[in-house]
Amino acid sequence: MDRQDPKRGRLLPAPENFLGAPGQARRRALGNLIAGGAALLGARALHAAGAPADPAHLPPNVPPWSQVLGQPVGANPYGVPASYEKNIIRRLSPGLTTTKHSSVAFTPLQNLFGIITPNGLHFERNHNGRPDINPYEHRLMLHGLVRQPKIYTMEDLLRFPSVSRIHFVECGANTAMEWGNPAVPTVQYTHGMLSCSEWTGVPLSTLLDDAGFDRAKAKYILAEGADAASLTRTIPIEFALDDVLVAYGQNGEMLRPEQGYPVRLLVPGVQGISNVKWLRRLEVGDMPWNTREESLQYSDLMPDGSSRQYTWIQEAKSVITSPSGGQHLLDKGGYYEITGLAWSGRGRIKRVDVSTDGGRNWRTATLQEPVLSKALTRFRIDWTWNGDPALLQSRCIDETGYVQPKMRQLREVRGTHSIYHNNAIQTWAVDAEGKVHNVQV
Amino acid sequence: MSRYDRFAGAAAALALIGIALAAHARDYGLGHPASAQQIAGWDIDVRPDGTGLPDGQGSVADGEQVYEANCAACHGTFGDSNEYIALAGGVGSLASGAPVRTVGSKLNYATTLFDYINRAMPFPHSKSLSADEVYAVAAYVLNLNDIVPADFVANRQTLPAVKMPNRDGFKPFPGMMSVRGKPDVRNTACMKDCEKAVAITGQLPAGFVEGMYGDIRDNFRGLATMNEAPPPAGAAPAGAPSGHALTQQYGCVACHGTDKAIVGPAFRDVARKYQGDATATAHLTRKIREGGSGVWGSVPMPPQTGPSDVELTAIIQWVLAGAKTP
Ligand code: HEC
Ligand code: HEC
Repeated sequence: MDRQDPKRGRLLPAPENFLGAPGQARRRALGNLIAGGAALLGARALHAAGAPADPAHLPPNVPPWSQVLGQPVGANPYGVPASYEKNIIRRLSPGLTTTKHSSVAFTPLQNLFGIITPNGLHFERNHNGRPDINPYEHRLMLHGLVRQPKIYTMEDLLRFPSVSRIHFVECGANTAMEWGNPAVPTVQYTHGMLSCSEWTGVPLSTLLDDAGFDRAKAKYILAEGADAASLTRTIPIEFALDDVLVAYGQNGEMLRPEQGYPVRLLVPGVQGISNVKWLRRLEVGDMPWNTREESLQYSDLMPDGSSRQYTWIQEAKSVITSPSGGQHLLDKGGYYEITGLAWSGRGRIKRVDVSTDGGRNWRTATLQEPVLSKALTRFRIDWTWNGDPALLQSRCIDETGYVQPKMRQLREVRGTHSIYHNNAIQTWAVDAEGKVHNVQV
Repeated sequence: MSRYDRFAGAAAALALIGIALAAHARDYGLGHPASAQQIAGWDIDVRPDGTGLPDGQGSVADGEQVYEANCAACHGTFGDSNEYIALAGGVGSLASGAPVRTVGSKLNYATTLFDYINRAMPFPHSKSLSADEVYAVAAYVLNLNDIVPADFVANRQTLPAVKMPNRDGFKPFPGMMSVRGKPDVRNTACMKDCEKAVAITGQLPAGFVEGMYGDIRDNFRGLATMNEAPPPAGAAPAGAPSGHALTQQYGCVACHGTDKAIVGPAFRDVARKYQGDATATAHLTRKIREGGSGVWGSVPMPPQTGPSDVELTAIIQWVLAGAKTP
């Protein structure tokens, strides 16, 4: 690998006008102010058509924001991202669903750093619309095979001893569109039903003990939402007694409505739909419920026509988030950091390898601490693009020794119609012009 | 991880105390007892063995009426909608190259059909049907699939006894049922000369991304560079709502999908129809303002007075430019 050339590789930027008129008008107006002469302006005022920077704002000149009093403290009592970041948003995939009331908005993984998903960008999936629930009127019922059936208010739940843990949530159907062929252009759509937060709540085991669950007979728990779907899923008792949380906190604040405000289930490492949002009821039972979301839907169809049921675990998976589909590398011989995410529903990520030649040869990437169980792990590795077409891949190994499979290995066993649990190695092709495309090899 | 994590500070020497804590759950004095009546109002789940089915009953004939009034608009008269999920058909297709998954072809227990309709349907007003109506419409959906005869009456006894075509089509898969489950697909961590030849076997068709997603350059942060990039050709003036947004604002989307016809034609079909037609803008301006029928079918479009002239022009330009969504 060529480490001599420290030149930083450039990426094609967003179209200039993505900032929108207000930002540019303001920059231009301030530019005028400082330049202090209409004569100077003529040509420069038009810079916004192409160049991102006004020379009047660059050294040796002193930009206006260094000379004009800024916004007062508290101007935004609840902070929002810089106006220049307004295109960093969740997106719906065109044509994916019939109605926006049962749909999905994908997390822009290509834009994010580290492992934590900002709350406003956590992917959103619901089945019968998103409810707006008054937390003072919300109740959680716990009943079934328990000594004392209980109803908890939110105040009760907030008073129990709490824990905070960082975990990913990944929809079981993440990457589902890619079973047959590449179908979508960017990592937002291929892998964006994936987010990771610090969740705070009461261990479900604490509540089960509080109600006195029947240790001999209890085998499964039904979790039910308070939304119009009253969505239900069966949770095995081993999970419930291990690390399941009844969670109300998301990255330090209360859950966002999109993530289940005021309270949800968090079943670490298990497919997204088990993490029932707007949680209203938990019933302890002795057999699985075979709900619609674990029979008609969310079961994996095999080539012989049978369906695998109760496929809870999200197996180890990784993806390069930069460079990734839709980006454009401008510099041959430029240095690029290859970076991405790895995660496993079976525990910690042990290693991530990266290939730039479509899987022929691999180098081991650096893992960014912290490396946590059932959480996203950020990896990175240096790369100098020599200008030739390249095929970028990442492959993770988790603490059980499981190695993320190739697409063709998955297909050999599961065919192309199982929808769920596509954890194949992703390939991004860099063409000779530096454009990056979603491909399969 | 142990659920007594919060006591993890205890030294190993105190492990016995840890065990004592585990054996005697602590009473925090929080929450209230749930009464039988409170539970009855919320405990709506139905298991495959029929546990949880309420009193009541409903016939296929009654179900037809419930279905026509509450379901057919979305799921199709015969449960055969293309727009929303189809509820019938596909039996025998699951092992084929084009599996059709419906209540009839895929579901294993009729009790689950009852449970789901009862909690989540009809989509706009879930939980609005009585137990009798849910029994009836479930019977009707089963009859649409030829699973029960026309004189079938669904109730607590008959529904669990219905044998669905795919009753035995489900297998638990231990490999993904616990962290220790044995995976079904194995790769190796080869590092050098792992593949003999690498060929691209699948990619997006040319023009697909532009057609479906428009200009995706703005999906990326523009910060990674000091490069000068021209703005994309034909971009809408920043600030003004796009034609696309206006069709949402003025409710056009209730009758027109971008790429799916609803009551009126799909906007992209309109674009295709008028491609290269110099009179299109004038014709469409008048047509949308005045309404009318006959071009796409017999259903008329009501006169659309909402958008201003400028907005209407923006909408029509957006349609004729291919109705690209942001
Ligand atoms: C406004 C449109 C609409 C109406 C009216 C409607 N549904 Fe639905 N139905 C849907 C949608 C959308 C879904 C999928 C929901 C999801 O994504 O979870 C659905 C799902 C279903 C399913 C599950 C199908 C499957 O394969 O998973 C059944 C069964 C069903 N509906 C029955 C009914 C019945 C019975 C009625 C009338 C009482 C009804 N629906 C009324 C839109 C509708
Ligand atoms: C209540 C349903 C309804 C609404 C609301 C509606 N349309 Fe239509 N639209 C139709 C129907 C039906 C047709 C087909 C008419 C025909 O066959 O001539 C149509 C046709 C059209 C056409 C094609 C006309 C032609 O002659 O080829 C355009 C363009 C169009 N509509 C735009 C709009 C816009 C823009 C709005 C919102 C301002 C809108 N429609 C609102 C039902 C509707």
